[in-house]
Amino acid sequence: MDQNWIDIGHIDDIPLRGARCVKTPQGKIAVFRTADNEVFAIEDHCPHKGGPLSQGIVHGKAVTCPLHNWVISLESGRAMGADEGAVRTIPLRNIDGQLSMSLERALIAAE
Amino acid sequence: MTQKLAIIGNGMAPGRMLEELFEKAPGLYDVTIFNAEPRVNYDRIMLSPVLSGEKAYEDIVIHNDGWYATHGVTLHKGAKVTEIDRHARTVTSANGITASYDKLVIATGSLPFIIPLPGHQLPGVLPYRDLDDVEKMLEISKGKGRAIVIGAGLLGLEAAYGLKRQGMDVTVIHLMPTIMERQLDPAAAYLLEKALTERGIDIITKANTKQILGTDKVEGIELEDGRVIAGDMVIMAVGIRPASSLAKDAGIAVNRGIVVDDGMMTSDPNVFALGECAEHRGTCYGLVAPLYEAARVLADRLTGGSAEYHGSVVNTKLKVTGINLFSAGDFAEAPDREEIVLRDASAGIYKRLVLKDNKILGAVLYGETGDGSWFFDLMKRGTDISQMRETLIFGQSYQGGTPLDPMAAVAALPDDAEICGCNGVCKGKITSTISSKGLTSLDDVRAHTKASASCGSCTGLVEQLMTLTLGDSYNPAAVTPMCTCTELGHDDVRRLIKAKGLKTIPAVMQELEWKTSCGCAKCRPALNYYLVCDWPDEYADDYQSRYINERVHANIQKDGTYSVVPRMWGGVTNAAELRAIADVVDKFEIPLVKVTGGQRIDLLGIEKEDLPAVWSDLGKAGFVSGQAYAKGLRTVKTCVGSDWCRFGTQDSTGLGIRIEKFMWGSWTPAKLKLAVSGCPRNCAEATCKDIGVICVDSGFEIHFAGAAGLDIKGTEVLGLVKTENEALEYIVALTQMYREQARYLERIYKWAKRIGLDEIRRQIMTDEEKRKGYYERFVFSQSFAQVDPWSERVSGKDKHEFKPMATIGYSQAAE
Repeated sequence: MDQNWIDIGHIDDIPLRGARCVKTPQGKIAVFRTADNEVFAIEDHCPHKGGPLSQGIVHGKAVTCPLHNWVISLESGRAMGADEGAVRTIPLRNIDGQLSMSLERALIAAE
Repeated sequence: MTQKLAIIGNGMAPGRMLEELFEKAPGLYDVTIFNAEPRVNYDRIMLSPVLSGEKAYEDIVIHNDGWYATHGVTLHKGAKVTEIDRHARTVTSANGITASYDKLVIATGSLPFIIPLPGHQLPGVLPYRDLDDVEKMLEISKGKGRAIVIGAGLLGLEAAYGLKRQGMDVTVIHLMPTIMERQLDPAAAYLLEKALTERGIDIITKANTKQILGTDKVEGIELEDGRVIAGDMVIMAVGIRPASSLAKDAGIAVNRGIVVDDGMMTSDPNVFALGECAEHRGTCYGLVAPLYEAARVLADRLTGGSAEYHGSVVNTKLKVTGINLFSAGDFAEAPDREEIVLRDASAGIYKRLVLKDNKILGAVLYGETGDGSWFFDLMKRGTDISQMRETLIFGQSYQGGTPLDPMAAVAALPDDAEICGCNGVCKGKITSTISSKGLTSLDDVRAHTKASASCGSCTGLVEQLMTLTLGDSYNPAAVTPMCTCTELGHDDVRRLIKAKGLKTIPAVMQELEWKTSCGCAKCRPALNYYLVCDWPDEYADDYQSRYINERVHANIQKDGTYSVVPRMWGGVTNAAELRAIADVVDKFEIPLVKVTGGQRIDLLGIEKEDLPAVWSDLGKAGFVSGQAYAKGLRTVKTCVGSDWCRFGTQDSTGLGIRIEKFMWGSWTPAKLKLAVSGCPRNCAEATCKDIGVICVDSGFEIHFAGAAGLDIKGTEVLGLVKTENEALEYIVALTQMYREQARYLERIYKWAKRIGLDEIRRQIMTDEEKRKGYYERFVFSQSFAQVDPWSERVSGKDKHEFKPMATIGYSQAAE
């Protein structure tokens, strides 16, 4: 299956231990950059009460939701600790700092 | 009718006695205390950690001023009683205060023994007894140099260690061949001496001091054998004697100490003696545990009970970080005694038990003291140990073949086993209180049971009990850690940031051995605040460690939009400002406009991307950020004051605006809300604020530590000042003290409760040097803090925050 990679910008557009948003027809996607320069993309919508995860504090490979402090794994999209829930993870490609994401899976899911 | 109880002395023993008394029979007595020291009751056992810099005075206060007020106790500070008139039933202090009594408790404690060597009156010769002594030592230790400690007992060695930690060279002089000979056998003394020598402390045993050298201050000492040791301070730690002369002068029976019976009564049935000044069955105690036992008996007697004190078996622990030492009972050799010894030279472990008739008589443990309380318990009970004699020395976890689970030892203790020696708290009391009161933190357990509340050496055991009772929900550690990234508590981290000069978050995490690579959402904002506060000029604020509100300078709402609150100085506005707000509301279709409790206007439901444009328009009308999102200065609420109000005594509006203009932009541990009321009718509700001012004819009454949130609490009075300039200076100094000391997210009332209102008043109201220091540090910090964050962002700072990284349209996505 061919994946449709859409360019979203450069890794340096995202602060270290920070996040930016990408607006898509399926809603906002949060793109994170960790202290170790790894990048992850997940839905910008906390499984708890829909808080904007892109606004949270990034630590390790996790983000803490700004509304009620749920901690979400950037790798799996799953809530960590005692909380249960998950957000979708979005495929993200990093070629020499140039980032692109694939919305194919999301679109199929949405159809 | 209420009887009068007078107490001479305000140490730990009478303090404990009063706690018991107020619990048993509140209101039975009208209590007056005379304290020769100018302060409240503090934990004298913890003087050594204060000397070594591991704790501060604030950490060791037992009863703050609020406690005395709550219980209606009259406390005369700095009032040394010089006369007891038993016929008139009065006591009189050197500064002329006389109080009458129905019952009198003498708790004058003990006096340090000063050997009358030639030169003993030179400045720089100090005993080691109270906080004044510690402060003098700390003062001299600033000049480094060498300290000479005479006497290698418990106190002498703790003083030596503390002074070494303060950077001094230290020599300990001891008359006997081995150190701490009253508590240790020679083998343990050897190990201890070696450990202290490795820490850089010189120890000279079998040494008798001939004279102290110096002309107008200490310059050194000369030993009997002619050796001369140069030094800048001489600490005499050779023993104490009961302070019994006052009682003796009043004709009360005195032997070595004031003689008491099993009910702590002296030869006068209306006079009792308690603490180190008392002599019970020929023994004067100098450790806190027996004094607390006696305090309980006395409280019972004073409420009509008939409890009896039968003397105590005592144990000793040395409070030197990294050295584990425990000793209890009698360990001298004798023909009818046996001993069991375990040594592990490579691990530096030595354990010795002395037995007689299959019972433990004494125990010395060095290097590994975890079983100390178990041995002590067996000893006090007189338990027959013949069944476990073979494995006894290996400790409790070896008994009955149980596996080496560290929790097993504590789990196996009987309910009446004593956990906290200082306060005589047994296991059952701790576990049942945890369950019945639903306690979850160590501080709660300390507050409700007193366990681990004095010297703290049983903290580990108490925490194991908490884990046993609460299960995995409790994470034990010596202090409540900041978060799961570290074992250190907030206070430790703050102290270490200053002490080690740590100036970045990575430096803190590296040097303090953080367990995670880049912290978490709990510790990073706290560290960022501590660094901003401690190094205002050098630290580069780490935005990625700030909560979203402080990063984008607006308040996030449940739907992900933001609210914006422009500053309205002192709650005063005008037509032009209101018009500008109205225009912004129309232009950006802001869904809700609301007046806040802090006298300003909140614009709610703004999309993040619109924030810079909203601020730009507001900025053109002269508005700056109201910092309604900040752990920092929020608002200064005012009433209209003397300009308009017929009751107003001062220009409260003007003062409020002045304070707000002075303090805006400052970051604080938690939000800080102020108010100024123009008269005691208090229309600005200043008496439930973090800091409040009530204007009166004679000046400005400064209040603080109020709360009207999760907790509701009226303020406490800091003090009255005459001028507006003073009011500003005192408020600023108080704020800076709070900024420097509080834990992140700790509101001012919680901090004040922890530090003690008395201490805060002392530092701000009476210690001019301290106050000016705080004030100047605040002013310095403000020179970096007072930049309007909104106009910065209108000019393009942090542009990335307010724009999506990319927008993907339908066509692109569908391709």
